[in-house]
Amino acid sequence: MTSSEWPLYEVFVRSKRGLNHVHVGSLHAPDDAMALRHARDVYTRRSEGVSIWVVRSDAITASSPDEKDPMFAPSGDKVYRHPTFYEIPDDVPHM
Amino acid sequence: MTSAVDTDLQAGFDATIAAGDRIEPRDWMPEGYRRTLVRQIAQHAHSEIIGMQPEGNWITRAPSLRRKAILLAKVQDEAGHGLYLYSACETLGVSREDLTRQLIAGAQKYSSIFNYPALSYADVGTIGWLVDGAAICNQVPLCRTSYGPYGRSMIRICKEESFHQRQGFELLATMMRGTDEQRAMVQESVDRFWKPALMMFGPPDSQSSNTEQSMAWGIKRHTNDELRERFIEMTAPQAAALGVTLPDNDLDWDEFWTVVKGGGPCSAQRIAHRKRAYDDGAWVREAAMAFAQSEVDGLAQRVSRDQEADR
Amino acid sequence: MTDHDLDPDHDSAYAGLLVDDAHWAFGEAAHDDPLEGMDLTVPDGVDAGLLAAYCLMLGDDALVLSHRLSEWCSHAPDLEEDIALANIALDLIGQARLLLNRAAAADPGVVPALPEGSPVPAEDALAFFREDAEFRNVRMAEVPNGDFAETMTRVLLMSTWRLALLERLTGSRDPVLAAVAAKGLKEVAYHRDFAARWFVTLARGTDESRRRLLVALEGLWPLWPELLATHPVERELAAAGVGVDPFDLTAEVDRVLDEVLTAADVERPDLPPLAGVRGRTGRDGLHTEALSRLLAEMQVVARAHPRGRW
Repeated sequence: MTSSEWPLYEVFVRSKRGLNHVHVGSLHAPDDAMALRHARDVYTRRSEGVSIWVVRSDAITASSPDEKDPMFAPSGDKVYRHPTFYEIPDDVPHM
Repeated sequence: MTSAVDTDLQAGFDATIAAGDRIEPRDWMPEGYRRTLVRQIAQHAHSEIIGMQPEGNWITRAPSLRRKAILLAKVQDEAGHGLYLYSACETLGVSREDLTRQLIAGAQKYSSIFNYPALSYADVGTIGWLVDGAAICNQVPLCRTSYGPYGRSMIRICKEESFHQRQGFELLATMMRGTDEQRAMVQESVDRFWKPALMMFGPPDSQSSNTEQSMAWGIKRHTNDELRERFIEMTAPQAAALGVTLPDNDLDWDEFWTVVKGGGPCSAQRIAHRKRAYDDGAWVREAAMAFAQSEVDGLAQRVSRDQEADR
Repeated sequence: MTDHDLDPDHDSAYAGLLVDDAHWAFGEAAHDDPLEGMDLTVPDGVDAGLLAAYCLMLGDDALVLSHRLSEWCSHAPDLEEDIALANIALDLIGQARLLLNRAAAADPGVVPALPEGSPVPAEDALAFFREDAEFRNVRMAEVPNGDFAETMTRVLLMSTWRLALLERLTGSRDPVLAAVAAKGLKEVAYHRDFAARWFVTLARGTDESRRRLLVALEGLWPLWPELLATHPVERELAAAGVGVDPFDLTAEVDRVLDEVLTAADVERPDLPPLAGVRGRTGRDGLHTEALSRLLAEMQVVARAHPRGRW
């Protein structure tokens, strides 16, 4: 099966003037314009006048020196592990 | 084999957990912790997505426009909850698409409750009251779970779930004020869902293999039996207020394991439904990617043409 | 420092998004009484029966299309699209509720009679206890769902028409209709934008998506002229300054559709209108075979409990 999975975007919302944009979550979209529409639908219920930023997750460069994982360079690396990093184990029946 | 570096990392992780701090995506974590998280968050996400089906089944037949709007908004919330949780899982390096394929292949589980059919409109109320109620008992402690992205997703989810539970209770209370037929519908629905709802907390502690390690890691914060008892205590006065009789609490764990292993009345149907939506949507997802790519290519061509012209 | 500076929610991204908690949970379509607080007097010189019939036309378009869109729930190509389609369906249910309530308030005679003492409100009596021949929606709203291309094309056509109509309706002499139109305007603008974007995407995506889109457009096109044909009710209410003659929308909707079709590199189909029966179509209560089936499903629970409380 070939993958046509849409890239991951991070969503930032400023709910009213005077506040910062705050990271609220992520979503998938084929491109920036669709990501904005999806963000309105998913994260703001299309409330009026809300400022939204979206950015592709793989376009963010991260630095967090107190988060020490040899998988990541201490600064200037990805926010998340790359999707192919992790092999998913088959689950055992469990609640 | 344990190197000095590994030992340091493990000590750092242990200290974070011991201090009640959150583990974040770029932190080192033991492989077992990551595997347990992926399994638990994925199972939770799948439960939200599969959980759209039993109630979604009633949207087109909702008996009032107000109830139709409430139900559609609720099932839509469940899609949103699945989306937030898949996102939390994606911070661990697993894609949503992989997780969906695992679900469709039957390699990952979802809550067994959704393998029971929703057979009357009263079930919409009962699912809200009992199923979402049980989910809340399970989920509220997870707002303080040790993995940051999971806990943050849960805060928003719990806020919405409490409305879901209230709307379910309110629907049942309204129906109980209606006709005799409606009251009978409510009781019949509660009779069918009570025990499956109690089983949502998982097998008794004596049979639960993963509880101890998950609690040590701060992924899970209470045992199955503790949560189940808390739910029964909370629910009894609500049932009295509604005027319905709750069945006894004797659970048939053979039935539980049968349903968990895919032998529930709707198990095959739920997976087939999800697979159909995923397969039928493939051409749409592909088209959107192709269009996005052609826009990028078109832009690149225009830029190089412009540069050509400038020269 | 003021209290505002100490607002613990200062850093919450959701602080300004909540109208109230119930709004967050259920959206605006779930109000108990959608017309609460409005003056429902029928304007001078306007025939209440005609006004009610007109509100049923616009309300039934929204109700029946929302039914078709809600059928997508849990079936959409991805979670984001599932949520988007549900939002559109919810907006339309909200519009339907306002319009059915307006119809009932203008002329209670349009509301089907229910058993003595039935608690069913007028909007639900209209939605769930009318026969198919009493529905006044255009047939495009009711035809069964096809694939995602079909739904996006249908939403594009219907929202292009509805947006142009609501823009004019904001100036209605009936203040209720004007308010309903003003509220619906923002919603339908979003529906049109969403569907137009997908229409272009599918037309220019892959060979398969383009093939499907063209099939969808050809299937729906014969139903399009019905939206622009003037029914006597529409003519009279337009003359009274209350309604809109859809024929007057032709130039504007043509311009919008041409823009989308050009962006999609798709030709306007050259197909004759779908025939009615002796000139009667959806607005006259003459529907496709699909509507009666749709209503059988939609109305089954409500009709089994004509004295039920929900």
